Amino acid sequence: MSAVQETVAQVRAIDVDQYKYGFVTDIESEKAPKGLSEDTVRYISAQKNEPEWMLEWRLDAYRRWLTMPEPTWARVSYPKIDFQDYYYFARPKAAPKSIDEIDPEILKTYEKLGIPLRERDALLGIESADKPRVAVDAVFDSVSVATTFKAELAKAGVIFCSISEAIREHPELVRKYLGSVVPVSDNFYATLNTAVFSDGSFVYVPPGVRCPMELSTYFRINEKNTGQFERTLIIADEGSYVSYLEGCTAPQRDENQLHAAVVELVALKDAEIKYSTVQNWYPGDKDGKGGIYNFVTKRGDCRGDNSKISWTQVETGSAITWKYPSCILRGDNSRGEFYSIAISNGHQQVDSGTKMIHLGKNTSSRIISKGISAGRSNNTYRGLVSAHKKAAGARNFTNCDSLLIGDTCGAHTVPYMEAKNASAVFEHEATTSKISEDQLFYCLQRGLSQEEAVALIVNGFVRDVLQQLPMEFAVEAQKLIAVSLEGSVG
Amino acid sequence: MLDIRNLHARIGDNEIIKGLDLTVPAGEVHAIMGPNGSGKSTLSYVLSGKEDYEVTEGSVTFNGQDLLALSASQRAAAGVFLAFQYPVEVPGVANMTFLRAALNAQRRTRGEEEISTPDFLRLVKQKAPALGISQDMLRRGVNVGFSGGEKKRNEILQMALLEPKLCILDEADSGLDIDALKVVAEGVNALRSPERSMLVITHYQRLLDHIVPDVIHVMHKGRIVRTGGKELALELEETGYAAYGADAA
Ligand SMILES: Nc1ncnc2c1ncn2[C@@H]1O[C@H](COP(=O)(O)OP(=O)(O)OP(=O)(O)O)[C@@H](O)[C@H]1O
Ligand SMILES: [Mg+2]
Repeated sequence: MSAVQETVAQVRAIDVDQYKYGFVTDIESEKAPKGLSEDTVRYISAQKNEPEWMLEWRLDAYRRWLTMPEPTWARVSYPKIDFQDYYYFARPKAAPKSIDEIDPEILKTYEKLGIPLRERDALLGIESADKPRVAVDAVFDSVSVATTFKAELAKAGVIFCSISEAIREHPELVRKYLGSVVPVSDNFYATLNTAVFSDGSFVYVPPGVRCPMELSTYFRINEKNTGQFERTLIIADEGSYVSYLEGCTAPQRDENQLHAAVVELVALKDAEIKYSTVQNWYPGDKDGKGGIYNFVTKRGDCRGDNSKISWTQVETGSAITWKYPSCILRGDNSRGEFYSIAISNGHQQVDSGTKMIHLGKNTSSRIISKGISAGRSNNTYRGLVSAHKKAAGARNFTNCDSLLIGDTCGAHTVPYMEAKNASAVFEHEATTSKISEDQLFYCLQRGLSQEEAVALIVNGFVRDVLQQLPMEFAVEAQKLIAVSLEGSVG
Repeated sequence: MLDIRNLHARIGDNEIIKGLDLTVPAGEVHAIMGPNGSGKSTLSYVLSGKEDYEVTEGSVTFNGQDLLALSASQRAAAGVFLAFQYPVEVPGVANMTFLRAALNAQRRTRGEEEISTPDFLRLVKQKAPALGISQDMLRRGVNVGFSGGEKKRNEILQMALLEPKLCILDEADSGLDIDALKVVAEGVNALRSPERSMLVITHYQRLLDHIVPDVIHVMHKGRIVRTGGKELALELEETGYAAYGADAA
């Protein structure tokens, strides 16, 4: 067998066993009755002690959702989802009040995932490894179980808490911004999310403040047949800066689990938000059984002049990914960026990309997308760049590269461009390549194993994007990429 | 030492190596000359384990080991190094990263410890300047945007760092200007040692003026058809390969 063929065979033979986050935590949980109805929506709202306005908002969304058709335009195929077959709310029994009260099983789960929830541990971590500190919000199934470094962040005026807490404690901010970027009836999954969202993170950075540490949320789906509907809202007030990281994993299950998140970012005048995701939900087994259905709406609004929003994503998990982190460039001179690495293997299907909507003058955007397909997977980049009539001087640069490993996978690029202003300048570059036999042999001849060679070549291919990730995430991501494409656990 | 007996190798239905015998004792430098298409590059690929080539007959022993039983990366770890006629580009992988990954992969295969960062940097600093490899070339993607001569010098740098036991140089001189030829030759000569064998494939006497071989072989149609001392190169320079039935192109 030729070297490439062998690699392909190896990649194809990858078993679920290598998904190292596939363990299940054994804890008792409380769930809403199965299925979706107005009662479910009321149950969720009641569980979270929400004010009346929140319940009304959810019910309005639910009623609209009932009238909406499921979208079919993405290049993904899956059996019809039975929305009545899911649980819409699950939380560990004995909800903790402080870190010390968290169920030790949950603490262990996060330890296993490498996420320290005890600030003390995190602090020890820095002294030994000289790492920057990261504040973590941990969401387990439908609820946030812990948020670290809250007190220290509060000193800087930064609010970092679960969205549930924000609804209770900071209603004025939530009412002003929630749904202002992704409106209630934006799309089928976003509307569903609005009706039943469970938890997620809330961040507010006051004017002129540079958030003193990285913020991150770690999402974990544990319960069986449970949908996770996270809702995240980040507001960077005038002249502020925040960098936020998001990580996701789930146990191995035979059934498909549903995940439909909404993330809204608002950057006011001169503010900057950097949002990074490493998505590693369970991708399903080698025959395409199980795995997470990931239908996500992420959008950032550069509402003020000179504001900036940058999305960086490393997508390696999920059976189906349907995700288009976008920027609305409303403020003059505002800037949007999208850096993406999407890896598909086995039977995974990825339809992902971005939208850059240029509304203000002299707005600019940059899109760098690297898709890697292996096994029997399909990987589509779908992007829209548009310039409104008033967007004089709008500029976009798009670069989409696809790398194929083997010949049973597919890579597709679907770019849309609309310029309603004659002064807009859009540049688009796209390439599709295969790992060549000669490249592989060159690496093997120098002593690298087949797997090391593929990982090295792929890491070279995605380098431009890896450089955009915060340092420690980049190292993680690099390992994750190797694991996603190899037959072994890192 | 390298011992090749009655080697037959094919690619698809096309037999290219047709009963080749060759012995290179430790510490010796042997040159292989021969017309275009006679199978010189093919031999280097077969020896280094490229999978497209199927060995149908014969044996290759290297320091007592059955070389043909090893995978390409195992052969590399056992000390076989091929300086490619056409070095390959690996975009996005910094030259330094590649060198270090290769060195450590070989060490791991041999059950040795990985090299530490300071030791590695010291090693590179010690070897790179003599070959005219700049900091910039070390930071750039492997061979990406390198000139023909830079690619060849980079091959020799890899060889110097990996310290192989058998160096196969496939037209290390092609595309080099006179100064670069000297740099490459000096790099190779610096690696000559009693434990190291070298197989130098070339078309020209010029390279052999700088890397003086112990033995010269003439290869034609997949076999060694003549073996002699270094004076053989001069003879070939004058008469060409007509005596061996090759068309005077
Ligand atoms: N992949 C291949 N498929 C078919 N034939 C091949 C392949 N590779 C090499 N050959 C053939 O094998 C023969 C020997 O090629 P090889 O490259 O080994 O010659 P060489 O002696 O190195 O020539 P040169 O001096 O031009 O470098 C040639 O006829 C060539 O066409
Ligand atoms: Mg050749």
